[in-house]
Amino acid sequence: MKQTPLAEAHQKLSAKMVEFGGWNMPVQYGPILDEVVTVRTKAGLFDLSHMGRVRVTGKDRERYLDTICTNFVAKIPLGAIRYSLFCRADGNPIDDLLVYRGADEVFLVVNASNTDVDLAWMREHARGFDVKVEDQTDELGMIALQGQASQAVLQEMTSSLDLASIGYYKFGFGTVSKIANMRVSRTGYTGEDGFELYVPKNDVVRIWNECLAHGAKHGLKPIGLGARDTLRLEAGMPLYGHEIDATHNPIEAGLEFGVSFKPEKGDWVGRAALEKVAQKKSRHLVGIQTDGPRVPRQGYELYDGRTKLGYVVSGSVSPTVKANIGTCYVPTTHGKPGDKVELDIKGKRQAATFCALPFFSRTRK
Amino acid sequence: MAEARSKNSRPEDRRYLETHEWVKIDGDTMIVGITDFAVQELSNGNEGDLVYCDLPEVGRMLKAGETFGEIESVKAVADLNSPVAGEVVEINTSIEEHLEVLSKDPWKEGWLIRIRPETKGIDKLMDVKAYEKFLSEKAH
Repeated sequence: MKQTPLAEAHQKLSAKMVEFGGWNMPVQYGPILDEVVTVRTKAGLFDLSHMGRVRVTGKDRERYLDTICTNFVAKIPLGAIRYSLFCRADGNPIDDLLVYRGADEVFLVVNASNTDVDLAWMREHARGFDVKVEDQTDELGMIALQGQASQAVLQEMTSSLDLASIGYYKFGFGTVSKIANMRVSRTGYTGEDGFELYVPKNDVVRIWNECLAHGAKHGLKPIGLGARDTLRLEAGMPLYGHEIDATHNPIEAGLEFGVSFKPEKGDWVGRAALEKVAQKKSRHLVGIQTDGPRVPRQGYELYDGRTKLGYVVSGSVSPTVKANIGTCYVPTTHGKPGDKVELDIKGKRQAATFCALPFFSRTRK
Repeated sequence: MAEARSKNSRPEDRRYLETHEWVKIDGDTMIVGITDFAVQELSNGNEGDLVYCDLPEVGRMLKAGETFGEIESVKAVADLNSPVAGEVVEINTSIEEHLEVLSKDPWKEGWLIRIRPETKGIDKLMDVKAYEKFLSEKAH
């Protein structure tokens, strides 16, 4: 199992550790639901060093990426970030990712569990292009500050960069705790305002501790992957292996905003298959909340009387919505918000109601 | 009345399963519950993490090892397995509304079901020493 530079720091904070995507990661430091509330009301600090970080350079980098990414990479404004996916020819994703378009490079952040597959896929498709694909996962750590107090906490540690000038899904470079040219992006996986920092591996522990120290007066606490999963689900954000995987494509998952069919983008892997899906979607991702104590869990089936309608792909207790929530796939003829449905839990039925996604959305400043 | 306890305060008057249920003879019937270890694994020491407990109907016939219910925490669902074969004669109905009892006292107040066993004797199940040896081996 791989260790992030913060493994020891997590131990000291008495985190409960679990294996996630091949990494030893903190699932929680305290009660998961308390951690969710901390991020929604104050701020949280996350170790995301397990995520894959890939730098693409060379003169063909954008043209190359436009053949394997679902979004239009060459049209991303400089200094901006877009959601994208790598899909197979059948339109089903091998991963989803964030694409940072810089002046002389494109920087990608991919899922920990798929990093090796992504890198192999990228190298296989690089033939014939003048590009260099560089895995920076081990040389850079990654820390996220999420929640309303994030900017105040991080600005105290940052010079030569006014964080207020970095808009949502934009990035910049600044001096953070004496480290020059650190990549700072206004991104996250919680539905809150916040930042993600890309930190040289030898400085990760120091930056982590400084964030905790500066954040203490704002109520900032370390947050584990358990709460992160609930936060992202509340915010309607997909997780590979749940909302999307080798049999669930981005169109059905409602991720059309990350898929470009513009002619100028040219052909890309999965385009033809996804264009067909987009013309006639047979199933779609919808939200449910249960009208009782049971929590939707991946794999539970949904019924209308005796008719099986679909199945759950994610679920959680949601302290924000104050209900047990989940995402599920049902035929496009079903899933209207407000309609009733039943969850089958080992032969017992739990009443539930379809609801709109996302479950939670904060108005951006 | 003081009960005999192991050094980890696990009662010596009952037997244990590798799936972390306990069973205790009580006259003609047997009482079944889950161990402190099971509660800790599910709730990580936060009693609010337990969200649901599904218990069987009174009258249901169970086989030894059969799943008779489920206990659910914020992040996981665990099966409840019967240590013995027999008929469910009583369930602890107060548990469903008061899951925190399991964190406070899984040995007595936190019992789950009472079974009228088909056969007497639970000696072939683990005693507290064997259970604790099993837990310590599991941790390594």
